[in-house]
Amino acid sequence: MCLAIPMKVLKINGDRATVSSGGIQRTIGINFLKGPKIGDYVIVHAGFAIEKLDTVKAEETLKILEELQ
Amino acid sequence: MKYIDEFRNLDIAEKLYRLIDEEAKDLRQVNFMEVCGTHTMAVERFGIRRLLPENVKLISGPGCPVCVTPKDYIDKAIALTAIDDIIVFSFGDMLKVPGTNSSLLKQRPSGKVKVVYSAMDAAMFAENNKDKRIVFLGIGFETTVPTVAASIKYAKKKKLKNFFVYSGHKIMPPAMKLLARDKHVNIKGFLCPAHVSAIIGVKSYNEISRKYNIPCVIAGFEPLDILQSILMLVRQVRSKKAKVENQYNRVVKASGNIRALRLIEEVFSIKDSEWRGIGVIPKSGLILSKRYADFDIENNINLQEPKTSVDKGCICGSVLKGIKTPLDCRLFFKKCNPNNPYGACMVSSEGTCAAYYRYRK
Repeated sequence: MCLAIPMKVLKINGDRATVSSGGIQRTIGINFLKGPKIGDYVIVHAGFAIEKLDTVKAEETLKILEELQ
Repeated sequence: MKYIDEFRNLDIAEKLYRLIDEEAKDLRQVNFMEVCGTHTMAVERFGIRRLLPENVKLISGPGCPVCVTPKDYIDKAIALTAIDDIIVFSFGDMLKVPGTNSSLLKQRPSGKVKVVYSAMDAAMFAENNKDKRIVFLGIGFETTVPTVAASIKYAKKKKLKNFFVYSGHKIMPPAMKLLARDKHVNIKGFLCPAHVSAIIGVKSYNEISRKYNIPCVIAGFEPLDILQSILMLVRQVRSKKAKVENQYNRVVKASGNIRALRLIEEVFSIKDSEWRGIGVIPKSGLILSKRYADFDIENNINLQEPKTSVDKGCICGSVLKGIKTPLDCRLFFKKCNPNNPYGACMVSSEGTCAAYYRYRK
């Protein structure tokens, strides 16, 4: 039930935003985000973005995974 | 999909399995608990439990909100559908859960039960249908709670008199503390939930790791996230340290999502709460705060205590605590299956029994 997927912000209109992932578009609430911007990836759950996805940290994690020995 | 597929790379998964194997080789058996139902699903879907070395046991916890909702909640929700002007709105997962005599699914053809993706959909329906009273079944942990809180705040702003929430919301850390103390379960590490942690933050687990000396790793939901987190737990066990680490730092912050937390605090108050199969856990549930009490259905309708029956032979309670697995249950697979579920662990798609059934049959 806590499944939430990363979606990209396409449009912002006040407290609402249009987001997309894998060809699916949705309008969601962005009340819980601080300064969301177009192009951000956000974690979407039950009609709201519950947090931003930090793309720099994501790349860092992937790098750590690749370099693990 | 971006930021999903990268975390499913097979080569890296194989490397992680090898590293876990090597580093756990000289350990005595360790039990790690994946607390969250979404982790349980991912663990079964990708076959992780069976690919780990024998001495690293991954046990499932009580983190499926539908599964831990007491039967009398379902019975009361069904009773609400019998009231003329009420329509009950729910997340889809709740529908199949058997109450004593019926389920919400069976009431659905009457048009009195509707499934929504977001609590906001229910609030907006209320706004457009003022002759009906709309009751939203608030089920879920900290991930979901702020979304429901937002719908309640919206209803207050719009001065809606016909939108109510029946709160069965629960919070995770008190249940983890209970399990940390349980000698039968003997947990040596927690795989902490991904999106609950996005709301409550890394710091929420400090007490658990410090007081009970149990390593905690906040793990994302993709297979590489889970495997890396298991490796991190193994390394903590080896070094005889217990601290909180954050594998899912691309989403989870030290203090969580402050805006969401503030909203939860504004709209809800903490109370003791009953967990199906486990019992009452102090300060583990949420009801609407005084300021929002008008939107609490329990303050508006006096629902009779239903005569709720006990599940016979079902061991969901022990499964939810990680003491037993579905394979220990004599009902599992034969009498109890997704088409004819006995307990809630088989009903919810994220229940441990449903996950075992789906990926092991």
